[in-house]
Amino acid sequence: MSAAAAPSVRPSGLSRADGARALRALTRSEVRLFLRDPGAAFFALAFPAVLVLGVGFAFPGVRETLTDVPAPWDGLQLIHVFVPIALATAMATPALSTLPVAIATHRERGVLRRLSTTPLRPQAVLVAQVVVALGAFVVASVLALVAAGLAFDAPAPRQVGTALLVLVLGAGAIFGVGLLIAARAPKGTSASGIGMLVYFPMLFFAGMWTPGPVMPEAVRTVSQYTPLGAASQALTTAWFEGGFPALQLLVLVAYVVVLFPLAARLFRWT
Amino acid sequence: MDPVIEIRDLRKTYGPKVAVDGVSLAVGRGEIVGVLGPNGAGKTTLVECLAGVRRADSGSVRVLGVDPQRDPAAVRARLGMQLQEATLPARLRVREALELYAAFYPRPADPAELMRLLGLTEKAGTAFGDLSGGQQQRLSIALALVGDPEIAVLDELTTGLDPQARRDTWGLIERVRDRGVTIVLVTHFMDEAERLCDRVVIVDRGRIVASGTPRGLVQGDGDRRALRMRLPSGTPAEVAAEVAALPEVHALTRVDSTGEIEVTGDGHVLPATILALSRHGVVPDDVRTLGRTLEDVFVAVTGADPSGAAPSQPPPSPHPGGPHPPSSHPTDHVEVRS
Repeated sequence: MSAAAAPSVRPSGLSRADGARALRALTRSEVRLFLRDPGAAFFALAFPAVLVLGVGFAFPGVRETLTDVPAPWDGLQLIHVFVPIALATAMATPALSTLPVAIATHRERGVLRRLSTTPLRPQAVLVAQVVVALGAFVVASVLALVAAGLAFDAPAPRQVGTALLVLVLGAGAIFGVGLLIAARAPKGTSASGIGMLVYFPMLFFAGMWTPGPVMPEAVRTVSQYTPLGAASQALTTAWFEGGFPALQLLVLVAYVVVLFPLAARLFRWT
Repeated sequence: MDPVIEIRDLRKTYGPKVAVDGVSLAVGRGEIVGVLGPNGAGKTTLVECLAGVRRADSGSVRVLGVDPQRDPAAVRARLGMQLQEATLPARLRVREALELYAAFYPRPADPAELMRLLGLTEKAGTAFGDLSGGQQQRLSIALALVGDPEIAVLDELTTGLDPQARRDTWGLIERVRDRGVTIVLVTHFMDEAERLCDRVVIVDRGRIVASGTPRGLVQGDGDRRALRMRLPSGTPAEVAAEVAALPEVHALTRVDSTGEIEVTGDGHVLPATILALSRHGVVPDDVRTLGRTLEDVFVAVTGADPSGAAPSQPPPSPHPGGPHPPSSHPTDHVEVRS
């Protein structure tokens, strides 16, 4: 059944309260299932924090104060510059791994087909999955920030409001990519494969291997047009610099505006 | 009869393949209706259109007075559906699954009672992936009933169940029907249909090729009868020849494997045969009549083996008054006289 074949007629006989109760039950169930896959849950929740701690302790050089670098980096440690990258990872892991794999596995096992015979509104399936993945993103971000703060005395963002805005829009953009994969991937394994194929280039553009001042100018230019690269750059600006990352935020908005309707249009239940 | 399902001239194609080709069907409240047919006959598409999970190309469907194509949500709250090959997340537990699905319905049944009814209480804390095939199937049935539906559509109800579990499930279905639930049963098990269904429709290549009560279909519209008997040893061959020549008798054959004589003929074949024998003082042993089974009817109208995977190859030849199919019983007949 295609999304188009499930017209969003107001479900007669079902009140809004019924719909909310169904959505709550489904979300609770999906959270439980997420936590019952310990490997995947650990990856989504702890990976950004582990990344910060791992890089920080494994490479002593990253804890030395930077000198001879452009103004915004001056006086920081390289590990501090890893904070925006860790937050980008916290967005990308649930978006490109947890979310598409969960939806594609449901599709593969006929769970979506079974749900489509119940009065549950079809969108509720997607909403529940997005809530779970967003929850994972928030938990992973907090863990990474706490780890960076306690272990390496990483600074708080200079512009808290801008940082929050970037986190919201960045998550929106990268979740759009994840939903696009989830819309069509026929199996859990294919969703996982496609997700990883996108995940690593995204992390590259976010600066995983060339953090902050290390990133070559050409890569930085391309990177600002990718969802995770734009998010990472805008976060860096909000964290350490003074300006407003207008171009990067515009890029993120563009991804949200294009990807969400596209994913909804391409979505298949079976 | 109060029809709860009315289908008129329903059609559905997938590209060049016609799945449902002009089906009309009415189902009354509290009926158990069987939808039989070879694989790929269009049974599943037909019931998916009923539940509003698939959109038909043309024709009309009314379920409980509602068009499921236009207002699927209204139908889904009152129609429970058990789909073939629809599973659950492997780590979801039995009680959690029932409570989750119960939350989707405005007036659900009690999950604990359903678990009791389906013998799943001991498995309440077991994950779906750790259940046996039969237990998964029973949970699937429970999920179709958890919304306390007025209509339950069960696709391949007892596939994968062992014989005892099948009988238990049949008993359960009858109890559910006794509570006033209308049941549409998609199956390719003839014994299941004969045992459970008030009425069956046989679907082949998207069309209904036969319908009626299982008993009515088995009797057919002709009155052919067949019987088998054993003649005492030393019975002269002329006696059998005289029976074969009776106007009521169509054929008389010897069944090599058992040494029995099989006599087929019209409705009076039994008394005519016995009278003819008794004129010669012959009393046959082990006289038994052979009934046509639903399976015979199925094979006759679809040309397919009901359990087989292959869809029918030769064109279906419905038999309105035409020649009847051979009985399903041993076929190593040797014609003695006719």
